[in-house]
Amino acid sequence: MTGSLLFEAIVFLLGAIICVSIAKRLGLSSVIGYLLAGVIIGPYVLGFIGQEGQDIMHFAEYGVVVMLFLIGLEIEPKNFWNMRKTIVGMGGLQVGGTMLLSYILFMLLGFEWKVSLVISMAVALSSTAIALQTIKEKGLMDTTFGNSSFSILLFQDIIVIFMLGAMPLLSSSESVTSVEKHQNLLDGLPMGFQTLAILLSVVIIIVAGKYLIVPMLRKVAKIGVREMLIAAAFLIVFSISFLMEYVGLSPALGAFLGGVVLSNSEFKHELESTLEPFKNLLLGLFFMAVGASINFIVIAKSPLTISGLLVAIILLKALVLFITGRIFKLKLDQKLLLTFSLAQVGEFAFVLLSFAFQLNILAQDQLDMMLVITALTMSISPIISMINERLILPKIGTKESVKRPMDHIAKSQKIILVGFGHFGSTVGRFLRSHGVEATILDQDSNRVDFLRKMGFEVYYGDATRIDLLESAGISEAKILICAIDNPSVTKEVSKLVKEKYPHVELMIRAKNRYEAYDLLNLGIENIYRESLDTSLSLAKDALSKMGFRKYTLNRQVQNFIKYDETSLRRLAKESKRDDNYIFKARKEIEEQEKLLDQDFKRGIVDYDNHWDSEHIRQTLNEIKKE
Amino acid sequence: MKKILILFAHPTFEKSRANLTLIEHIKDIEGVTFHDLYERYPDFHIDVEREQKLLNQHDVIVWHHPFYWYSCPPLMKQWIDMVLEFNWAYGPEGKALTSKTCINVITTGGSKDLYCSEGTNSFTVNQFLRPFEQTANLCGMDYFPPFAVMGTHTLSDDQLTQHGKEYAKLIDLFQNDLKISAAEGCFFTNTIPQLKQI
Repeated sequence: MTGSLLFEAIVFLLGAIICVSIAKRLGLSSVIGYLLAGVIIGPYVLGFIGQEGQDIMHFAEYGVVVMLFLIGLEIEPKNFWNMRKTIVGMGGLQVGGTMLLSYILFMLLGFEWKVSLVISMAVALSSTAIALQTIKEKGLMDTTFGNSSFSILLFQDIIVIFMLGAMPLLSSSESVTSVEKHQNLLDGLPMGFQTLAILLSVVIIIVAGKYLIVPMLRKVAKIGVREMLIAAAFLIVFSISFLMEYVGLSPALGAFLGGVVLSNSEFKHELESTLEPFKNLLLGLFFMAVGASINFIVIAKSPLTISGLLVAIILLKALVLFITGRIFKLKLDQKLLLTFSLAQVGEFAFVLLSFAFQLNILAQDQLDMMLVITALTMSISPIISMINERLILPKIGTKESVKRPMDHIAKSQKIILVGFGHFGSTVGRFLRSHGVEATILDQDSNRVDFLRKMGFEVYYGDATRIDLLESAGISEAKILICAIDNPSVTKEVSKLVKEKYPHVELMIRAKNRYEAYDLLNLGIENIYRESLDTSLSLAKDALSKMGFRKYTLNRQVQNFIKYDETSLRRLAKESKRDDNYIFKARKEIEEQEKLLDQDFKRGIVDYDNHWDSEHIRQTLNEIKKE
Repeated sequence: MKKILILFAHPTFEKSRANLTLIEHIKDIEGVTFHDLYERYPDFHIDVEREQKLLNQHDVIVWHHPFYWYSCPPLMKQWIDMVLEFNWAYGPEGKALTSKTCINVITTGGSKDLYCSEGTNSFTVNQFLRPFEQTANLCGMDYFPPFAVMGTHTLSDDQLTQHGKEYAKLIDLFQNDLKISAAEGCFFTNTIPQLKQI
């Protein structure tokens, strides 16, 4: 049934749109939707897509590369350096532990030691695509769990180079030479030179980033043609990938480094907004390809072996991850999140296993079996993570909610407060001092436990889950206050509540003007910019120290706020009309300039005529002269 | 029908038994704009333009406030200071308020007999309200004698309700164009003949 490229594109896009929207409606991660779409359109269910799933997967792996580039953009070099201990420590522990255990397992199952070793290498690696996509989607990147997962995945990206390098050494077969030479130029070199070459290419990326890429981007931005920036962004990613593959490094790792180098440049936001949609689509394609590549014939042949191995591998990976989390003293819930989100065999396994097959280390049936298991673990792990979040986490340590004594029966005016960090806690304390007890939603288990001890009604979990909001009583709530500092989660919560529970008044914390624009354009009225009142009260005190009178300053601050709120609302409409977010960073600077210019021209509002005897004196003098 | 603007200033309205009752009787009458100054301007930052527009739209201006230290609460004074601008409310060009009607509606804790030359307060309410009277005069408004609810500490709920009804009736009279001549010879608007029947 496979036909033209156009037809395939239609099948993929339609599958993605239908399955992802169903998954999202059910509150599942989009990854599950994509995987399911892949299975359905794949060769064994509807058969729209044939065996070319593998080719598509290779292409779609660029989604992973782009994703790591984007993650790199968010990590400044200094922070990256600070992470070195967790990367090597946790990563090393996880890869070493998993390899050891799975090596023993496969030896016990009677595999040859070389086969066991290759399989254990593949098993040790987790799926960057699935784990990070899920973490980012839930806004958990800044938690201990998010950091740990990221560190481990990064370590795997590095270690896979050495695995690929070591593979030919395992092959005793004479046919190695006849297999097309592994496509990098370092193979012939001794280990020392290889390391040197690797270091050199890292240096090249860093230097090129600073002295080549940034100046190039400046030139491109000057042209002012939007698609040129998209072209430039892809040029960067592809060039880095090419260089990395050329010297035998993982392109994803190279892209990550490139991102880190560019994270300090002024193009950070432009690159992010340019690549984001492409990344998501490519990753989606990748997940669908994984789904489509599940070979149900192989499963049907030996269902017991496959399912047994599947369970064993997941358990084994989970065990090692759990122990790793324990050694690095993660809290129980964080530990469980880590355990389940990385307990799959990742996309690197496809590469490793195919390479081993080419080198005649693996037999065809061993390859098929492991490929199926890899694809299956990738498909199952998001489901396990979800079960963990819905069923296990709420019961362990920090419960999603606790039964409260009857002293707080149905308050007629209910407030839900999302986020109890520095911002939210101030809000909550002031409310409580008035006897208004907000129902709190928070994602930090330590904080949730503490607040419960203090007698608050607290729900633990992700506020973008409508079922959690519902159990917190959103349907009877009068007001929902959103005090979290993650803009994308804020937006999602606002949108969700506005759509499903329009009667609830939303009061939303915004980080800055630009977030406020987005929220205004979602139709939200009560927006509280954290960068407005505090900054002005500082400026007011500064001017007071310079000799301005405090009451006058007070009034000018209020005028300023009023003026700024009006201009915010006006500009929000403009920013919606002009959806050209590509040149966002540049536009932000331009707008800042415009604001400063207007402030200067306007000066301070001068309408305190009634207390200004000078004004009256002048008017009266003028009348006298006439 | 004349339009009435109640400029109400009470820093702790929610605790004022007398004013809660009075306001209850008038705030929902059609054609009456109840303007709670402490609720609208908690930061004393009065929007002068808006207030002047509001004044332009009404015919009868009521300054409704408790009697604090023989005067109004500070926000009311702030309002007068800021809104009644030179060359808008007074001065050679200031004609915005001419021929409108103005009145103080006040509540006092002390009873009427304390407000006289023999009482502890030495002066009458009318004497204390002279600045308001002259403000209205300077702006060219007809100033009625005060409508006063006095001795609020000792008033029963029923008595307060009675005052509330009188207040509502007064508003009704104003809506039907009560002339200043009606209050001739009265120290308090409470005692004009039209309010007697209630």
